[in-house]
This record gives sequence, C-alpha cells and structure tokens, in this order.
Amino acid sequence: MSRLVPREEKAHPLTRRGFLVAAGSAGLAFGFARIAEAAMDPAAAEGVVAPPVPPQLDPSLWFGIDADGVVTVNIVRAEMGQHVGTALARILADELEADWDKVRIVHVDSDPKWGLMVTGGSWSVWQTFPLFSQAGAAGRIALIEAGAKLMGVGPASCRALAGKVVSGGRSISYGDIARRGATLRQFTADELARLPVKPPSQRRLIGQPVKALDVATKTDGTARYGIDAKLPGMVYARPKLPPTRNGAKVLSIDDSAAREVKGYVKSVAIDDPTGTVSGWVVVVAESYHAAIKATDLVKVQWSGGDGLSTSEGDIQEYARQLIAKADGGVDLNVGPGDTAAAFRTASSSIEQEYTTSTVLHFQLEPVNALAFEHDGVMEIHTGNQWQSLILPTLSKALGLPEAKIILRSYMLGGGFGRRLNGDYTVPAALAARALKRPVKLVLTREDDSRFDSVRSASVQRLRMAFDKGGGVTGMEHHACAGWPTQVMAPGFLAPGKNGKYDPFAIAGADHWYDVGQQRVRAISNDLANSVFRPGWLRSVGPGWTNWAVESFMDEAAHHLRLDPVTFRLKLLTARGRNAGSAPNAIGGALRQAAVVRRAAEKAGWGAKLPADTGLGLATSFGQERDMPTWVACAARVRVDRATGVVTVEKLTLVTDAGTIVDPDGAIAQTQGAALWGLSMAIHEGTQFAEGQVKDVNLDTYMPLRIADVPDLDVSFVESTEVPVGLGEPAVTVVAPAIGNAVFAAVGVRLRHLPITPEAVRAALRPELK
Amino acid sequence: MTITSFTINGRAVRVNLDDETPLLWVIRDEIGLTGTKFGCGIGMCGACTVHVGGRATRSCITPIASIDGAAVTTIEGLDPAANHPVQKAWREIQVPQCGYCQSGQIMQAAAMLVDFPNPTDADIDAVMTGNLCRCMTYVRIRAAVRQAAGEMAAGVVPTAKVKA
Repeated sequence: MSRLVPREEKAHPLTRRGFLVAAGSAGLAFGFARIAEAAMDPAAAEGVVAPPVPPQLDPSLWFGIDADGVVTVNIVRAEMGQHVGTALARILADELEADWDKVRIVHVDSDPKWGLMVTGGSWSVWQTFPLFSQAGAAGRIALIEAGAKLMGVGPASCRALAGKVVSGGRSISYGDIARRGATLRQFTADELARLPVKPPSQRRLIGQPVKALDVATKTDGTARYGIDAKLPGMVYARPKLPPTRNGAKVLSIDDSAAREVKGYVKSVAIDDPTGTVSGWVVVVAESYHAAIKATDLVKVQWSGGDGLSTSEGDIQEYARQLIAKADGGVDLNVGPGDTAAAFRTASSSIEQEYTTSTVLHFQLEPVNALAFEHDGVMEIHTGNQWQSLILPTLSKALGLPEAKIILRSYMLGGGFGRRLNGDYTVPAALAARALKRPVKLVLTREDDSRFDSVRSASVQRLRMAFDKGGGVTGMEHHACAGWPTQVMAPGFLAPGKNGKYDPFAIAGADHWYDVGQQRVRAISNDLANSVFRPGWLRSVGPGWTNWAVESFMDEAAHHLRLDPVTFRLKLLTARGRNAGSAPNAIGGALRQAAVVRRAAEKAGWGAKLPADTGLGLATSFGQERDMPTWVACAARVRVDRATGVVTVEKLTLVTDAGTIVDPDGAIAQTQGAALWGLSMAIHEGTQFAEGQVKDVNLDTYMPLRIADVPDLDVSFVESTEVPVGLGEPAVTVVAPAIGNAVFAAVGVRLRHLPITPEAVRAALRPELK
Repeated sequence: MTITSFTINGRAVRVNLDDETPLLWVIRDEIGLTGTKFGCGIGMCGACTVHVGGRATRSCITPIASIDGAAVTTIEGLDPAANHPVQKAWREIQVPQCGYCQSGQIMQAAAMLVDFPNPTDADIDAVMTGNLCRCMTYVRIRAAVRQAAGEMAAGVVPTAKVKA
C-alpha cells in the first residue's frame, strides 16, 4: 500500500537507489554469477537462471542486456499466481522498446539493494509502473545515444524499435551495442524525472495479449516451489505444535516412542528469543514421512499459553463490549464527524450489526522453509511475500545482522496474504543452527491450518441517519477485529484522530458515498490478538468491512423504499472528499457510479426473475482510498426454501482498474478474486474452540470446488488512467452482492458470514409458519 | 519393510521402505520428482494425483506396498515433450495461476479423458471437483478440458498413453 512506500520513493522512484551505473560493459556489479544459482526464472525448468552472455550492460538495477540481446528484468515481487513478473517486465520492455521474445524475468533473492520487498495489497503494478516506465525509458534513450555513436549518426536521426536502434535504413541491435562494450550515459535524478515516457497510443506491449512467462513450467512439473527446495545433506522436520499460538513453554519432551521410527533423528525444543514460535518442538528425521510419524509419537508437556480456553463466541462477545464502550478504538479522519447531532436531529435512522467468522488462508502449499547456515550466512530457501518484514525478526532470533541472512526466492504455492507473515522461516533457521545441517521444515496441512494467521472474526455496528426527505445526514461504522498490522508490523499503523489504527482492519469503511456527518471507528480486538496471530488475507480489511457497508446500503435503500442501485447512485456524487484526485483517483466516486450502472445494466437489473430467485448488487473501491479500483458485482441467486441452500447462478463484475497491463491476467485475477469472494460468502469459515481453529483439513473445511462455480461475466472499463490493483478488489463485492440477492429472492436478511443453509432456514422459518 | 518394485514414467525402480510409506513421499523425496505436490495428505485436494496403471490415484494416501508391480506415471512422464493435449490446452488457455495444484489437475483431466473422451460439463464438474484449486482457476479448467477433449477427438492421440 502506499503507506508502505517511503515518501521519497513515491515522489522520485529512481532517486533513492540512484539510477546506477551506466558505465560499462563489465556490468556484473550485481553478481549474476551468484544469481544464476540462487534466484528464480519462472520460465526455466527448475527455475534455473541461465547466465547472461558477457559482456552485459546494466543500465539500471532493474535490468541488464547481454551480448545476445537478452533483457533480464529483475523482479522483487513474489510469484504466487498473478504472473506478476510478466506484467512488470511488459511495463519496462515497452518503454525500453525491447524485443519481447528476448525478455527474461528473474525473481531475485533478498538483498538490501532492492529496497522494500513486499508483495501484497494489489500494489505491484501500481507501485512499479512509474519506476519501470522510467527505468525503461532511460535505457531506451541511453541505447539510442550509444547506438547512434556506434553507427556514426546523430541520435536525433535514431529511434528504438523492438530491440534495435534504427536510423534510416541502418540499425544496430541492443545485443550488438552490449557486445561492443558501449558506454551508457548516466542520468541525474532531475533528468530521470523529465524523461519522456510513451503516450498510451504508442505502447506496443502494455494492454496487449501475452503468454505469461511462468505458465509453461506450471504444466510440466518443473516449476520450483519452496517445498521442492533441496540441499545436499538436508534433513526433514515437522513441528510438534503447542496447544496455543502464543506463550507456551516446553516443560519436557518424551521421544521414546518416536525413536522406534526408522530415520528419526531427534526432537529439538526451539529457543526463540523473538517469541515468534513459542513452545515449538521441531521433530527431525531423514525423510519427511518419518518426520510426520515421529511427530505424532513425540510427547511434549507444555506450560502457559494464551487463550487455551478461548472460543469464537468469547472473541465476538468481547468485540461487542468494546464497540459498546464509547471511548475505545481510533476514529479515522473522514471529515466532519458530528454524527451525534445528525442522529439527534434525524427524522429516522437505522442500525445493524454484521459479523464474520474466522477464515483460513488454506494456500495449497503448506508453509515450509529450508534453512542452512554456512560461512556465517543463514540461507533460507522459501516462498515469501514480505522479506523485508521477517528479516529483522530473523536477525534477532539468530543474532545475525540482516546482511548475513538471505531469503532465496521460490514460486509460492499460493500466497493470499499467508506468506506476508514469514513466521515459518524462524523455526527452520533455528533448527538448522541447532543441528548444524540443512533443515527442511514442512508443515502438514493440519499443522498449517493450526499455525495459520487467520482472517480474524469481526463484529461491525453501523448506523445511518436520514432527514425528512430521505436524505442521508449521518453514518457511523464501528469495526472490531484482530489487527494483523498491530501484531506483526506496528510501524505500519496509520494515524487517526485519537491514536493509531490498523489500516488493513478498517479500509473499506472509509467509503466514497456522501453520507453527511461521518464517523469511522476502528477497534482492535486484543483478545483475538492474544489467542492467535491475526493475518492479512486476500482483500484484507475490505474483504469483511465491505460486507457490512454494502449490506447496510441495501438495508438503507429498502428503509427508504428506494431501489438499491438508485440509492447508491444518489450517494456517489463525487463531491467534497469524494471528488477524487490526481494521479490515482481521478474522477473519484463518479467512476464508482459508472461501474455500478454498468454492472446493473449487464445483469439485467429490474427484470422479472423466477420465484425465489433474486439479483443483488454491491460495489467497492477495492483496497484503499489512495489507490481505488472501482468494482461492482451483481449476483443472481436462487434460494431453496426447504433446505436453505443458496445457489449462486451468475456473477456479473465490472471493474475500472485504470490501464490494464496484462488483459488475460486481469481477467484471471478477477475470476479468482470473485470466486474467493463466493467461497468466503457461502462455503468457508471456521471457528476458534479452546484456542484452536476447529477445521484443519478438507474433511470439514470446504472451499469452493469446480462444481459450484457459477457463470462469470467479467469486464473492464477501458481506460488510460493510472493502473491500480487487481488481485483483490473483486473479493470485496461478492459476499454482500449475494446477501443482497438472498434478500431480493426471499426477503430475509443475512448478517453473518458465511451464509449457511442453517442460517437461511432459521431466517425463513417465521415466514413458513 | 518390504522391497517394492514398480515403474515410474517407464523406468524401473525398487525401494525398501515401510509398507505404509505414502507413494507421494517416495516420488518426491526418494525418486526426486517434485512435480507431484503435497496439499492435504488425506486425498481430498488432488494435488498429489498420479496415474497408477492408468488410473488417477491420490498418491498421498497410497501405501507404497500397494503398488508393487504397477506402472506409475507422474506429471513429468505424461508426455515426453510435455505436449499431451491436456498440457497444451492448459498452456493455451493459461490455466495456471500459482500452479501448485495444476500437476494434479492435469493428471486427473488426462485420466478422465480416457474414460470420457467427450465429457459433458456435468462430467467435467463431477470428476474434477475432487481437485481443489485455491486460486480458483476453475473457469479455465473447464474450458481447457473441453479443448483437450476436442483435440483428442480430432485424432491427436497422447504420445505417451499410459500403460496399464
């Protein structure tokens, strides 16, 4: 999120690191020899990076051009299904005028030179677009100058095209320029800022169809994930998890039964000074199967531990108490906030509570890490989304400076926010040190679920005040949940009116509707924070705040006897703070109104539907006000009154994400996000019971399967505005659209996620009598 | 401990392991083929799907002793050039996102098309619903299975049809 990017980098993307070096052909300043064995090329079997053909030009930190003209683009983002390297390389290659067939991508290992390494928040394209546009443009201009010199012509007569510098009938390829040891010019920060970037009409790659570079290796078994990492002499490990996530201490270990398992090595109590994995015992064996078996046989006694007797109901009841206290939590700066007066003078008002259950990430590759300490360096082979966050923790746990810890990049078998929290690397590293051997720690599925940083359960209370004419004069939104950022990255809490709050546990509530006096209050559920480690899960805050906002908007419309689409459009006026601003939110709420209109129209809003079938609509601005992705969804559902089963027949989604870099990838991300929304709306959800999640595997935890996939109609607004995020926004609209559709179908309002058949039956029962 | 003999992708192997060792870990850790994935360990996600005697089999719940004498095919052996019609369709339609489940999806789909050369959408859903895709690439899985079926019906036979 913008909040995670240091200000100076946002203003001048290239200045902080400097647009490095230009001199030269030697160009190996960034250690490609090392990268060849370490970083990851998702297009190559086993991810092995082919070394560049020397000499190589490194016009910037972000890419190099070798003597064969191959452009290698360095990607600091994690590949977890979004084909991020392809999209980012397209941005750079377009400005560079590279020949796309000669573009490679490399997912780099952690190194301070890359700056902040985080992949989340749907930020990657949005954040990287200006940076890679300028890096590509600088390379193009420098190559034109060098090529002109080599051809003995003036640079003004030259242009760059598809990997060549062309002057009249003559040309020289980028590879030849590199081979002939050209000297590229250096740009000052001011020059960089003034570099001519292509107008959208001259783009050749951005917005055009492309085959993602990571797809082929994902169809033949050669893509390399963290769980596939190998080192000579490694042993396998599985944790014996303590009864609570936090605060447990090992009293004794009895491994007498485990010693009967062939290949069992030993059990190690992890001494973790950071408290990341309190009370962990790591069971080590010569094979993973032996580690699984031995772990089941090891008996450990623990003391302490927070939340041993805490269950979901306790967490939610506590949230209600916190919301009821007038003085708790943090108010966001959302403009005029005299809601008390608005409600005092209101002609009518409504108030409702919305809740959501705990949700697991259930990324299909259980978390794992292979760690090995050698020559004073701790190498950790793992898939991770936020290297910069876990490195300081590893540093403290190991007593090593961060520069002596390297996180090697692998494909992620699903991220969805789980791997933003790199907690699983800590026990692997500590075990490797204890054993003085490479240790590959893999969690079983059940371990992974128990150790998950779940999406916290939530309670939200919303109120709205109306005047005589049906105008909205005030709105309050109080939201209480576990705060992931408070627990794991407190430096990224945001300032509110009266303290700091977790932007990832409230974003979405600060919507773009004009509602008069407005209050948005974020409340940390410190009981939740102590029982588990709350996580960021795909679409984070808006994934559940928008459930409340958009269900409530529907309720407000019905209170006023207005059509829910008409009511929303009435409030999306783009006045005042909702007018939008350059560069990211040009047009403001009017763009949200546009996607609402278009989704309604495409879905046939207002048409007559069969009995017990209904159409519901919901909208959002994606993940955050600083980077709005305007999205609307119309859901058509059928409700079986006897069983309470809700069948989602069709989802119609319209998204305005500005410029679309990779059109097919955009559709894929939106399909996936929409189906995540559907899955969390009616299929998923668990509960804490005595300090642990109740559902730990697919026998009882039931994410969406192919047989339950409805018709999907996904489209985008054509736009040349700033490209914003796509990986998450569609998640946020599906659940409320379904809830609203259920109301339209059978007239009952569901206010808890997931929507279960039991809940639908219970809501319908009064009508059946 | 028993000696188990079988073939994997046409190559003969012998292992001496606990009878109940799941085939998955033998393939991944003993034989070293990592295209077959570990997801749930209880046979309910399908990421570990391989062919045993041509049948789609969840290797995470298949004891090694039970495959003595069998022919095992993994994603690496489905086609020598990774050009099975299912793999081709998967690439053309760009099915994979994170890709972790896709070896299993492809192996399941390839086996299904032997039994149902011309599957209906209901057939596809019924068979493929045992394979979880957490990225939710389901729309494209359906499309790719239909495309592969079409190509196979047009006479392009998989080059490495699994031996029973």
